[in-house]
Amino acid sequence: MAIRERLSGNEAMAVAMKQINPDVVAAFPITPSTEVPQYFSTFVANGQVDTEFVPVESEHSAMSACIGAQAAGGRAMTATSANGLALMWECLYIAACSRLPIVLACVNRTLSGPLNIHNDHSDSMGARDSGWIQIYSENCQEAYDNMLMANRIGEHPDVLLPVMVCQDGFITSHAIENLDLVEDDKVKAFVGEYNPEEYLLNRENPIAVGPLDHFTHCFEHKRQQAQAMMDAKKVVIEVSAEFEKLTGRSYGLFEEYNAEGAEACVVVLNSTAGTAKYVADQYKAQGKKVAVFKPRLYRPFPVDEIAEVLAKYKAIAIMDKAESFNAAGGPLFTDFTSALYAKGVFGPKVINYIYGLGGRDVKTDDIEVVFNKTLEIAATGKVDTVFNYLGVRE
Amino acid sequence: MAYNLKEAAKKPERLTGGHRMCAGCGAPVVVRQILRALKPEDHAVIGSATGCLEVSTFLYPYTAWKDSFIHNAFENSAANVSGAEAAYVAMKKRGKVKGETKFIAFGGDGGTYDIGLQSLSGAMERGHDMVYVCYDNGAYMNTGIQRSSATPKYADTTTSPAGKVIPGKLQWRKDLTGIMASHNLPYVCQTAAIGNMKDLYEKSEKALYTKGAAFMNVLAPCPRGWIYNTPDLMELNKLAVETCFWPLYEIIDGKYIVNYKPKNKLPVADFLKKQGRFKHIFKAGNEFMIEEIQAEVDKRWNELLRLAGEEA
Amino acid sequence: MSCNKELKTVAPDVNWKDITKGGNIPWAGNAELFKTGDWRSMKPIWLEEKCKQCLLCYPVCPDTSILVNAEGKRVDFDFDHCKGCGVCVKVCPFKAIDFVEEK
Repeated sequence: MAIRERLSGNEAMAVAMKQINPDVVAAFPITPSTEVPQYFSTFVANGQVDTEFVPVESEHSAMSACIGAQAAGGRAMTATSANGLALMWECLYIAACSRLPIVLACVNRTLSGPLNIHNDHSDSMGARDSGWIQIYSENCQEAYDNMLMANRIGEHPDVLLPVMVCQDGFITSHAIENLDLVEDDKVKAFVGEYNPEEYLLNRENPIAVGPLDHFTHCFEHKRQQAQAMMDAKKVVIEVSAEFEKLTGRSYGLFEEYNAEGAEACVVVLNSTAGTAKYVADQYKAQGKKVAVFKPRLYRPFPVDEIAEVLAKYKAIAIMDKAESFNAAGGPLFTDFTSALYAKGVFGPKVINYIYGLGGRDVKTDDIEVVFNKTLEIAATGKVDTVFNYLGVRE
Repeated sequence: MAYNLKEAAKKPERLTGGHRMCAGCGAPVVVRQILRALKPEDHAVIGSATGCLEVSTFLYPYTAWKDSFIHNAFENSAANVSGAEAAYVAMKKRGKVKGETKFIAFGGDGGTYDIGLQSLSGAMERGHDMVYVCYDNGAYMNTGIQRSSATPKYADTTTSPAGKVIPGKLQWRKDLTGIMASHNLPYVCQTAAIGNMKDLYEKSEKALYTKGAAFMNVLAPCPRGWIYNTPDLMELNKLAVETCFWPLYEIIDGKYIVNYKPKNKLPVADFLKKQGRFKHIFKAGNEFMIEEIQAEVDKRWNELLRLAGEEA
Repeated sequence: MSCNKELKTVAPDVNWKDITKGGNIPWAGNAELFKTGDWRSMKPIWLEEKCKQCLLCYPVCPDTSILVNAEGKRVDFDFDHCKGCGVCVKVCPFKAIDFVEEK
């Protein structure tokens, strides 16, 4: 029987980590992810896990220690947000290229500057091409579930890549929800042992990790790493299917909500998808159909499936909680439009909304603005402005 | 067991030939001797900061390390190895690894005094059972001899060039060994590869087999950066010690011990004049520079003697 | 040939499918396969008759090219790896190592 609990998103992630009982957790405090190592160090202090907790002096060292721990043959985890993730930047790439399936709980927060502790996605969006698998979570339950699946995905022999599980800072990280936890023994059986093929602590077969890799071989290593990212998609599907058998909770590459008969669609990540679903229900009651498309797996980006599913819509609004400062739309917009174009899907009119930057509240009224515009485009086929800002004072 | 050069020779070599360090480089000499102090039956996980040592000893697909080796980046050798050590502790508890494994992190002075200082300080303060070794060649040699905070005053480097107006580096060296002593570690030392290597070997053994975090600062002359003929390596090591430019000492649980007091302390100029990077200070009119350096060396040496409770 | 376990190395023309994962090398110490002897412009010559086997030379070699045998005696240079730096020449108290131009 599942365990019914009331937990915040941070506590849910920490509880998942407790159940996984990794070899090493190395972390540094930063709002709003601080609670994750706080909870976890309490588990250590109370003997609920036998993990080595490494209270590092920076996030750079957190990721460096995770790399050392994972390469040594252990399972390593960490948590961070915003500037902490930015300080890890260099090592994010090194973790990925070294094919070390570290798991990172990313509690999304605005990346400086200016300094701001509230939620948007500018931190993890910047790391979207660092070679990490990125999985996004709408609520506490999803944050917990995704953490439980992360090791299985990253450690799969066809993958061997680090995994970042994202949830919205404060909005879900500090919101207490009712959720279903999986029993400890079932988690243990589901996650399994980590048995790497090669590792530093194997004295019978010592290895060297992290070479200077010149033009003679570096390209081949990058190509191999790219393949691992391509292969991760099927593993995410397999692991999610197995997780569904265990829990009854179904996860795919994305969630399409209220799609039937809809000509308008709004693409939105994480907690705002919840708000959008609520508005979609209200609109449905009024006879207006707007679908909500919530990406779950963002890296690797499931181009084929996304293009196939979105082809049927007449109008699509892509909502980005991150500004790319490229005068060409947010990161989701760029990825989605290029997926559609690459797959020969030219039917839908696509617009972009940048919203919620620096934690600006996104209310149902705001979502209605997006829905109405998308419905209007679906009806008229006319787009006046492709790039839009939502909720900023003009 | 007391050090014996001939007995030590029977221990296995743990750094192979075939690495790409320059001919006559001081660093691999240091590394070989440190690794020799490992018990033959012990496995080692060795990390290195980006730098000459790393790029030359693990250039894909060749590793010169007979033990496990990891390189991550420039500034995080200490944090990286601390993570491996933490995994060892966890896996040992869980019965997943057997035998003894020792942990050594190497960094040059750039990766230790400068960009890696925070990572080093953190790992040492946390008390991981590991040894951090700084091989100090006094500049960023790997990128082409740029000044570091370990570069001696007036040295000519590519970012502190001796010009018509500015005579090389204008600042004194950072006292890294002192900084590490202030971390109150169980073992801190300064050493060099001299003579039959007794000092270096014995300190390595203490550092490796003292439980907790240990730090070694080891002089490693660089023929390219210091500008001297390669056969002079050991003479430069010796002169650094005999002039008290690089005193040999250790700090065991806070207690300072000076391991070698030259009977006849040589003038620092004897050490400097062997090196092309100080050529300009020997020009007429620049005598004050040598005097300044001598005064600083004397000051630091006397301070060290005072800390060790010895007479100057 | 791609990643040859027996030869303990990776072929220069290895393809991306066969190259070692993450740049790892599972053959500790395989740098021995890489010869640096051709770096030499000067060459040390061991004069066995003058050598007193004091062993002051073996630890000063940056290239692990003065090997000591099981009886604890130094043997001739490993010229596959010796780069001809001459550090050993200078430390020898018995002038038992000559230093000549490499031909």
